[in-house]
Amino acid sequence: MKKQSKPKLAFFDFTDCEGCQLQFANMGMTLVELTQLVDIVKFREVISEDSEDYDVAVVEGSISTDNDVKRIKKIREKAKILIAMGACATTGGVNGIKNRAPLETAKQRVYGEKAGIVNTINAMPVHKVVNVDYFINGCPVHLSEVVNVIKCVLMGKPYVVPNYAVCAECKMNENVCLYEKDQECLGALTKAGCNSWCVNNGNKCYGCRGLLENPAVNAAKDILLKYGLTVEEILQRFTLYNDSMGEKYDKELK
Amino acid sequence: MIQWGKSMTKNSSKIYSKDVKVDVHYLTRVEGHGNIVVDVQNGVLTKCEFQVIESPRFFESMLVGRPIWEAQHITSRICGICACGHSLASIKAGEDALGIKPSDEVVMLRKLLLYMEQLDSHILHIYILVAPDLLGVKSIMPLIKTHKPIIEMALRMKRMSDYGGEVLAGRHIHPISYVIGGLTQLPSRDGLEKLYKLMLQSREDGDATVEIIKTLKFPEFQRPTQYLSLESDEEYAMYDGELTVNGAERQKVSNYKKLLTENIVDHSMAKFATINGKPYAVGALSRFNNNYEKLNKKAKHVAKELGLKSPCHNPYLNTACQLVEWVHCLEESIKIMEKILKDGLNEEKVVVSSWPKRSEIGKIKYKPNTGISCVEVPRGSLFHEYTIDDKGFINYANCVIPTNQNLGNLEEDMRKIVPELLGKKTEEEITLALEMLARSYDPCISCATHLLDVKFVNGLKCKKK
Repeated sequence: MKKQSKPKLAFFDFTDCEGCQLQFANMGMTLVELTQLVDIVKFREVISEDSEDYDVAVVEGSISTDNDVKRIKKIREKAKILIAMGACATTGGVNGIKNRAPLETAKQRVYGEKAGIVNTINAMPVHKVVNVDYFINGCPVHLSEVVNVIKCVLMGKPYVVPNYAVCAECKMNENVCLYEKDQECLGALTKAGCNSWCVNNGNKCYGCRGLLENPAVNAAKDILLKYGLTVEEILQRFTLYNDSMGEKYDKELK
Repeated sequence: MIQWGKSMTKNSSKIYSKDVKVDVHYLTRVEGHGNIVVDVQNGVLTKCEFQVIESPRFFESMLVGRPIWEAQHITSRICGICACGHSLASIKAGEDALGIKPSDEVVMLRKLLLYMEQLDSHILHIYILVAPDLLGVKSIMPLIKTHKPIIEMALRMKRMSDYGGEVLAGRHIHPISYVIGGLTQLPSRDGLEKLYKLMLQSREDGDATVEIIKTLKFPEFQRPTQYLSLESDEEYAMYDGELTVNGAERQKVSNYKKLLTENIVDHSMAKFATINGKPYAVGALSRFNNNYEKLNKKAKHVAKELGLKSPCHNPYLNTACQLVEWVHCLEESIKIMEKILKDGLNEEKVVVSSWPKRSEIGKIKYKPNTGISCVEVPRGSLFHEYTIDDKGFINYANCVIPTNQNLGNLEEDMRKIVPELLGKKTEEEITLALEMLARSYDPCISCATHLLDVKFVNGLKCKKK
């Protein structure tokens, strides 16, 4: 059998908790099997090998310093395919909360009188700076989706992030609607693909996968009205993960 | 320095078919997050710094203005590896501020989750970070071919604790169901039964791991220092307790700011902490030194097998202490699991909603208050502190991360070891010794430090990546 060269996969992390890379590492034997299809040439959490020769860049984390901007541009130049992995890389993630306060205030709160030594800019998702080929949303990413995306990359197919609400999956899982349980939830406005992970475990949806691109704004307003929520209350919830999309919703909901 | 010697037991020599002379490769754990800088002029050490140039994350600022009910969700995102530990520290501090006391069953389930995280993180460090170096390869990847059975065993052990997080909290990374007051739902009986079986299997894997690790010779180095950890009368303190330094008189966790000081230094984005103006250590070695007597019988036996005695002043042995703790945590977890499987869990005492009900949330009267907590996470004592206002919003937050507490101590160790090695060792050997030293602290790859480069500023040149 003719031996074909395997695509070279490299992982990069920016401002984040590295939980998505760890999620990748937690694939265990699946990861071992994956190494039969790709060569992992850079994966700091797991391996020490290091190479600047790669085909696919898997990028985790938000862009939040001037240096990050330079680095991601270089990575984009080298990589044939760029995958943004996790909430920080795809929506800005919780890092986006930082943008709600002036940067000077944030620096002051954490570094006090030494605030001047800190280099930081507003936290941004990767696609705000460079072109992204594949998105894997979620905080953390869902393993089955990661495997799907990698399959798409290997087959040269696009991957389409579900653009319907988490509610669709939540109904399939037969969860009782949280609004019926006197709780609020962002499932109706959040992209599906996580199999309603948090609601299945008794919690609610916090919107980590990013907001729907075409939300049913009127229906959402009906829900708010029915359960006595104000637009301000629900917008406050959006700010947990979706700084940049939140602005768009700000306009549409109000 | 380290060899897989001929003393390998029958069991482990089956796994390693040949003796391996170790040649640890230069460790490039990528991107500019941290540097070790050593400057030796005319044989005299003039500079020895561990520089952290990580992008700052501003969690303490981000928490300001958020409802206390959101704190667990946000702070678990500080670290993907210690997500459960951050969650638990956050929940405890939130409960302290709100005056909520969880049931005994909830506390038991929290301890179990914390043990899962200790098991997971320690095994990750022992096998994925340390073992490849000891076998003279750059990572676990080549070992998949050469040492398949042992890698399968490591992944199996890792899978057990990871699955534990999944069964208990929905997932290990950023746990879902652990919230202020309790759990949002009970773990499933099927899941718990499967987890219990995996734990029993891990017991055997743990025994095999001890056989492997005890054949290693860790570098010899001694430097007594201040060891900070929780301490408790009841048990080997991890979830709760009071603070002690080298077993001295205990202090309340709420007094942590009187005990330790966080200093901002010019060469690091991470704050360096001190006690009485001096660096100190946290983590498995500190806990082992302060709480040895409280270890269970099996863990004590393993400590003996590994030649560990408390107090131990060799920071390289932190990895060995992690294995002792792994055994301790597994045995304690098995005890808890047997109790749960026998008695069941009382839903009324465990299950709460993730936030107060909407119809009630507006009626809650909040008292402006401060809540403080400390939890022993894999890398050491983790502190969370929040002040809430009369609407339940956070207006001040402080998180003290274990790795930041170890940075000053690591620098002190480097200052002592470099002169000891100068003239006796080659620059490669010194570099290796420093890398291994930093690695022995298991610096959190997410929270604070990333090992990159050992630079000898003057004269001694090291290879670059």
